[in-house]
Parts: sequence; C-alpha cells; structure tokens
Amino acid sequence: MSVWQAVAAVCLGCYALKLAGLSAPRRVLDHPGVQRFAALVPVALLSALIAVQTFTAGRALDLDWPRTAGLGAAVVALLLRAPFLVVLVAAAAVTALLRHAGL
Amino acid sequence: METTTRSPVIRDGLGVGIAVGLSGVAFGAAAVTAGLSVAQACVLSLFAFTGASQFALAGVVAGGGSLAAGAVGALLLGVRNGLYGLRLSGLLGARGWRRLPLAHGVIDETTAVALAQPDAESARTGFLVTFGSLYLTWNATTLLGALGTSRVADPAVFGLDVVGPATFLAILWPRLTGSGPEARELRMIAAGGAAVALAATPFTPAGVPVLLAAAAVLAVLLRRPR
Repeated sequence: MSVWQAVAAVCLGCYALKLAGLSAPRRVLDHPGVQRFAALVPVALLSALIAVQTFTAGRALDLDWPRTAGLGAAVVALLLRAPFLVVLVAAAAVTALLRHAGL
Repeated sequence: METTTRSPVIRDGLGVGIAVGLSGVAFGAAAVTAGLSVAQACVLSLFAFTGASQFALAGVVAGGGSLAAGAVGALLLGVRNGLYGLRLSGLLGARGWRRLPLAHGVIDETTAVALAQPDAESARTGFLVTFGSLYLTWNATTLLGALGTSRVADPAVFGLDVVGPATFLAILWPRLTGSGPEARELRMIAAGGAAVALAATPFTPAGVPVLLAAAAVLAVLLRRPR
C-alpha cells in the first residue's frame, strides 16, 4: 500500500463513517453494545497512540526525556484547564527547550 | 451593533472553531515531520477532516510501519464520528442531499458545541458556525504548518514530535477524569491499551500495536457484556 493509497482510504472511510451516522436509524444508538463499543474503543486507541508515539522509536522502546517532559507539560496544562491550543504549545515548547539545552 | 439571541452560540462556535482550527499548524508540521508530502497533509485535512485519525496515520508513516494497519487504526478512531452523527441527525434535521455536506462536519468539536445548546435551532447554528470556522482555519493552518516545516532541516528541534501525543491526550483527558466506576473502568482500559501497545511494539510493524490494544478491549467487552 502506497502512502497516497492510505491517505485516500482514510479520507473516504472517515467521510463514509460520518455519513453513515447521520443516515442510520436512531434505534442503533439504543443498542447497549454500540454504546459500550463507542465509549471504550477510542479510549484504548488513544492511550495506545500516546504510548507508542511517546515511548517508541521504530520497533524499539525508547525513553526520550525531552518528549516525555513535553507530555508531562501537557498533563500540567490539562490539570490547569488550559485551552486545547495552549496544551499543544506548552508540550512543544518544553520539548524544544530541553532539546536546546542538550538533554 | 445588533444583539440577538443567537449571538452567544455564534461566539461559542467561533471561539472553539478558530482555537482548535489553529492547531492545524501542528498537524501540518507533524505530517511533514513524519514524511508525508505537503499535498498529502492538505488532502487529509480537506477530505478526512478529523484530527485524531489524521495524526494517527501520520504517526504510522513516521514509524515506517504497516500503512494498511495505520489506515485501519485511523478509521477505528473515525468510528466515534459515526456515533456523533447518530446523536446529531435529529437535531440538525438533515434529510436528503443536505446530509452530504453536513456529514463532513460531524467531529468532536462541532458535536460538543451543538449538544451544549438549549434548543434545536441554536444547536444547528452552533454546528454550522463551528464547522465553518474550524474547517477554514484547520485547512489554512495545515498548509502553513506543512510548508513551514518542509523548509526546516530537523523539526524535532522545535518539539513538534510531541504534538501528536499531546493532541491524543487532550482528546482523551475528559473521559479519564470523571469519578465513579465508569471512569475507573475507562482509566483501566487506557492503562491496559498503552501496556498492550508498548509490549507489542518490538514484535510487530508500526500501526499494529495500536490495533492489538483495541482488540484487547473488544475481548474485555465480549467477556463482560452489560
């Protein structure tokens, strides 16, 4: 699969999922299995993505201190109820500063 | 200056749309850092238009992993937009061909603004204002971020590699910080998902560990149905 094919598949699929939601009969939402799937799967996916993109490099586990500290800064910003954009800027700024300091 | 009953919802929608839309610069930067072209980053923002899925695919490209697994992971993240659509269809009164353009706007932020409104008319207004402002800002800043980063020798110097994980954390955060048994279950699932993905990383191509984490959750679901 080329990168363009993956990009096209994600674009078409994401739109199809949105349209399917708007078009489906509402009783689908009443099904308890659907609700549980919707609540649990994104939580597992998002936490797995955070772990993989922070603590791995290629196929190796990798503890990169500036990146880990940047994620810590995001946690602090979220605890302080900072807006979304501030969370991202705080994380990138801390990571960049520590890299600049040579850590 | 004219003040109407619609102005608070317009202000909310513009506030969320522009603030979140500006983080498109982070996606554009992260995508080019990962090895996507400027055009590929822009196509994703124009046509996928759902941040978490876009960042997820970029992450797999960066890891040199299985693109098919990356695409499946991105689509699984997009499933939640389908569930938002189920909730919004009655509120938006979307019928016939009008569904086609409205559907593209069904994402985290537009749903949050629409569901926060007291009645269906302001929900519809909130959805449209958030969708319009977020779509324009997200795509303009994706282009800027991608073009800017393509001229930088090493984007990691600017800490851009942490922007993806920080985005996922900000989306996940409200689901983890509640109280009661349900929030506790969600925190367990989050910890389990992260552990499964890290454990699988040395043995599988990039993209696959994230799918294994989702599969582990499904196994828990099937074992303990409610």
